[in-house]
Amino acid sequence: MTERPRIGVVVFPGSNDDRDAAWALGALGAEPVVVWHADEQLPDVAGIVLPGGFSYGDYLRCGAIARLSPAMRAVAEFAAEGGPVLGICNGFQILCEARLLPGVLRPNASRRFVCRDVALRVERTDIPLMSRCLTGQRLVIPIKHGEGCWFVDEAALERVAELDQVVLRYDGKNPNGSVGGVAGVCNPEGNVLGLMPHPEHAVDPLLGSGDGALILASLVDAAREHHGSLAATL
Amino acid sequence: MLQGPGENAGVIDLGAGEAVAFKVESHNHPSAVEPFQGAATGVGGILRDIVAMGARPIALLDGLRFGRPGWAFDRAVAGIGHYGNCVGVPTVGGEAVFDEAYEQNCLVNAMCVGLLPAQRVTRARASGPGNLVVLFGSTTGRDGIGGASVLASHELAEDDEDKRPTVQIGDPFTGKKLIEVSLDLVERGLVESLQDCGAAGLASSLAEMARDGAGIDVHLDRVPLREDDLEPWEVMISESQERMVAVVRPQMLAAVEAVCARWELRCTVVGDVTDTGELRAFHDDELVGAIPARLLTDECPRYEVERRPRSARARPRDERPLRQRLADPNGRSRRWIYEQYDHLVGSRTIRRPGLDAAVVRLRPSLRGLAVSLDGPPVGERDPFRAGAVAVLGAARNVACAGGEPLALTDCLNFGNPEKPEVAWELAEAIEGIAQAAEALGIPVVSGNVSLYNETDGRAIPPTPVVGCVGLVPDVRSTPSRWREGDVLLLAAAPGELELAAEAALVRFLWKAAPLLSLAHDVGHGGIDAALAEAALWSGIGAEIELPPGEPCGGAALLACDPGDVTRLGTRGLTRLGVVGGNSILGLPLDELRAAWEGEP
Repeated sequence: MTERPRIGVVVFPGSNDDRDAAWALGALGAEPVVVWHADEQLPDVAGIVLPGGFSYGDYLRCGAIARLSPAMRAVAEFAAEGGPVLGICNGFQILCEARLLPGVLRPNASRRFVCRDVALRVERTDIPLMSRCLTGQRLVIPIKHGEGCWFVDEAALERVAELDQVVLRYDGKNPNGSVGGVAGVCNPEGNVLGLMPHPEHAVDPLLGSGDGALILASLVDAAREHHGSLAATL
Repeated sequence: MLQGPGENAGVIDLGAGEAVAFKVESHNHPSAVEPFQGAATGVGGILRDIVAMGARPIALLDGLRFGRPGWAFDRAVAGIGHYGNCVGVPTVGGEAVFDEAYEQNCLVNAMCVGLLPAQRVTRARASGPGNLVVLFGSTTGRDGIGGASVLASHELAEDDEDKRPTVQIGDPFTGKKLIEVSLDLVERGLVESLQDCGAAGLASSLAEMARDGAGIDVHLDRVPLREDDLEPWEVMISESQERMVAVVRPQMLAAVEAVCARWELRCTVVGDVTDTGELRAFHDDELVGAIPARLLTDECPRYEVERRPRSARARPRDERPLRQRLADPNGRSRRWIYEQYDHLVGSRTIRRPGLDAAVVRLRPSLRGLAVSLDGPPVGERDPFRAGAVAVLGAARNVACAGGEPLALTDCLNFGNPEKPEVAWELAEAIEGIAQAAEALGIPVVSGNVSLYNETDGRAIPPTPVVGCVGLVPDVRSTPSRWREGDVLLLAAAPGELELAAEAALVRFLWKAAPLLSLAHDVGHGGIDAALAEAALWSGIGAEIELPPGEPCGGAALLACDPGDVTRLGTRGLTRLGVVGGNSILGLPLDELRAAWEGEP
């Protein structure tokens, strides 16, 4: 079992939070590895982060171009094999565009970019990417997005509820008008998680909150476990 | 000081191998004609200035002055957010001032702060005959032709809609790639010098590079164009955004091209460095223009303008009740503005925008930079005072956040200097800035001048806007919020703008900061407004006994643990009260918050 699991941070042209995510992962015991958007194969990694930013400028719908990138094809394969994947903000948008997660992200109801701390309620802790959190726990983590209004139609929402895919909800005021106050969802298998809040900006109380470290440390644990399970099958 | 005025930005040594590059620049005229793109490209331009020094931008600040809140202001804020958010540089502060004097001539000043290794200051000057001049970034088109000459060098008038084509269009995605490519090139040691392509396009950037005996030959037919029928002169002065120029040794060209290709950014050799001292432009190998570069830079024509003092009457103090002043567009919280900006990217923001200066951490160390951008109060007409007060306000803001002011940058926004009264204002404001900076013992390392800010003969008031950068030795002791039971004190400089006393107050503030739970500049709204702001910021009220009268000079509120009061010394300190409760000055906090927050 690796002491410091290698976690890939995919860098698209226009990614902004890639360095912050890598720094936070390093501080939480992982070895961050840069994955270039044009790479067709992932390096030897046991987890993936799709960071925040404006991939390819996002002049089209957010994430619509990034989902077509060679690296995303490799990420989809990695996810299909059960590898843990965390998409933050733009990463969440890309995962939805790539159909790895349900729903779409629309412009905020306010039609404005918003950057502020929000309170979140943890809905699920039985997936590896949330293992360090407690169900019902209140986390304070900042958001910063112009298109974070998660939307699904009623039929899809029923399915999301059936499969228990809602992982995080805004606690109190909904900052973007998302359906059901959803802030983060996972795939049915539970190894792919997307969320609008930025845990990488909340890993140190000096930055205002350390709550984001719970989510990123869960990813580090999950990557360590995934690496272990791969080693065991070899 | 590693680099003073004359380059793309000033650079200050921070010790420990680190240096900070910073500068403020105006984009007033384009923003008056088209606020969204004007403000967006203002941000893009100042970012490239910092990048040209080889520094990674870590903070942006914006000084905005408009006639009133409304469409134009909202569009400027949206433009700043569009660019800053997209390139991933946090916007952490600035000022937003509303006064009808800026109704026809808004001010959009953008400041950028960047970090670089102290031994790696990159400069714009070309050197080494035979070296290649490489243009990289966007293609060149007709946008922004005459931006500097048509727009910024004349007064505005009724028919300004015709001038919209002179405003450049920003492309933050390419801007982001340009930042990453430039820093990659500098970090790998692949370029001899770097220069932003800003106002007046290639003409000015190449002239600024061709100095100290070096010349540049540029082949305009090699410049990649957006539309193919551009005249050579148009290529020379186009202000198409997101372009930079580098001087590259021939043996490094392949490596430079590889870096650009990785980021899918165009790069083209457009000329070479010579030893003629001339800037020569060729088109299809035909010489189409030549001028000794020094005539466009160090030896450009200088004017001695006539100066005539004009009497300035100060506007009377706003005597309305506190609640009304807090609800005024100039008195209310700026949260609705800065929440539209990503102020957290970089994971450095220790003290967020909203009160005095922001603090960004110099990761991985515990040191930080306190940064502020401040102008004179609304209605200030005395140009000397405007300059001095702007400097002292910016420095006090930094000191309240625990930073020792290190250096200043200034943006001089004035009317038409061909008018003797405006020329006098300009000279007086510069004198005010210079004297205040000297009293503080810190340099002005960079800056920008914006003139002709007038419409139909009516000039803006003298508006020097000053940025200050200060060093916080340990971000863990940055004053943040006052706490129940803290003692509240007022520190005020005696006299009316006595510069030595003002500088002593600034020094006292940053030295005392580690003992303080909160420090807040009293600013232009008075002691009661400052107390209300601090209480709302901290989320807790206080029992206060206001001193008789307002201080004439600079002042700050301090909050500290009762046990630490004696360690502050008592000279010049007035006790105001104790922190606690849900009200301040007899007004419930939730009532004040309703007046203070939300949009005007």
